[in-house]
Amino acid sequence: MNDSGCHLPLVRARGLRKDYGTGEGLVRAVDDVDLAVAQGEALAIVGPSGCGKSTLLHLLGGLDRPTAGELWLADRRIDGLPERDLAQLRRNDVGFVFQAFHLMDELTAQENVELPALLAGRSPREARRRATQLLARVGLAGRAEHLPPALSGGQRQRVAIARALVNEPQLVLADEPTGNLDSAATLEVLRLFEDLHEAGLTLVVVTHDERIAATAERLISMRDGALVDETRLTGGSSGQLGTLFGVEA
Amino acid sequence: MRQEVVLAMLAKEPSTGSRLRARLNAALGPLGEAMNDGQIYVNLARLEKTGLIARDRDGSDRKVYGLTPEGSERVAAWLTEVSWPKPDIAEFHLKLVAAAQARLADPVGIVDAQRHELLRRLREAGRAAMAEPEGSQAGLLLEGIVLRLQADLRWLEACERAWTERRNP
Repeated sequence: MNDSGCHLPLVRARGLRKDYGTGEGLVRAVDDVDLAVAQGEALAIVGPSGCGKSTLLHLLGGLDRPTAGELWLADRRIDGLPERDLAQLRRNDVGFVFQAFHLMDELTAQENVELPALLAGRSPREARRRATQLLARVGLAGRAEHLPPALSGGQRQRVAIARALVNEPQLVLADEPTGNLDSAATLEVLRLFEDLHEAGLTLVVVTHDERIAATAERLISMRDGALVDETRLTGGSSGQLGTLFGVEA
Repeated sequence: MRQEVVLAMLAKEPSTGSRLRARLNAALGPLGEAMNDGQIYVNLARLEKTGLIARDRDGSDRKVYGLTPEGSERVAAWLTEVSWPKPDIAEFHLKLVAAAQARLADPVGIVDAQRHELLRRLREAGRAAMAEPEGSQAGLLLEGIVLRLQADLRWLEACERAWTERRNP
């Protein structure tokens, strides 16, 4: 796939591959993927379940290691990093948002957001300051002391997004972020992503849902582990909604 | 727009042309942008001529349009109609068939180009839906546009699969 900006991309992958199993049982979950994500870009990777998109996302975020290929985050080659460095990278440089939120139900919203900051070695005061700020940013200042089970799905996902941002990552990766949400909550989360993207965040979302994917600037389709198609979503019929679908008196 | 729509939008209360327009705008949001003010007045004039609405003047001497009994009857009949716009996909289907038969173009390439275009429209409709305040009438309409586009994209996927198989039997 092409580079999408004139600057060095934030993420670069070349010949990225991930195999599971061996011999007859070998599954190539990610098959020779070349990818560049520009700084500040919102990219969606879309494909049916089992196409390898989650595996690819995990590779990009250092949650899993590639079998072969090269992977860079900013200027740093990360495909061969030792586990210690990889853990640090996951904590400091990448924010994750999952379908199932993965919040700790025993901790308040505020504490959930603070936790990764504390794990990254920030002072409790600093962690608290950041969490308070981020909860306000995701529109949940009034819910800081709630436990996750007392929050709606959309609110829980917004807490999870605040948590993903607490260490000011360079990159946010989201895996079916609206998969467990109804349509109103989906809109809440999409609006929030839109705000974050406008503020300059680099965002990669994987989803089977083209509606979610179409909120990005660029959409890449994945089949059987490979990237098969790319659509630039800006431009085209833009600005003609009224003419395309509207009412002409 | 069918004249019954204009009629029905007047059923709530007699209104000036601009009040009617504002009501349509609230219901349509960005989908009302292509609507032309002049056409609304043409419609009103036509409805008045056929006796479905009657013109009066309000306290500020503006023209106010209200339903006549015949107009009310027409609205009631329209509400019970179950007509529905037919999906216009036969043309695209024939485009693929013709392209393949005459070897004019690769149907899969045509499907891809169409898919890219629908995805751009989906993005635009999705963004317009995001921009609507909660509970807006236009938001619900945009939801309908989004769902229809998704259905069309699913059909394009089926087209892509089928034409790819025919290409490589």
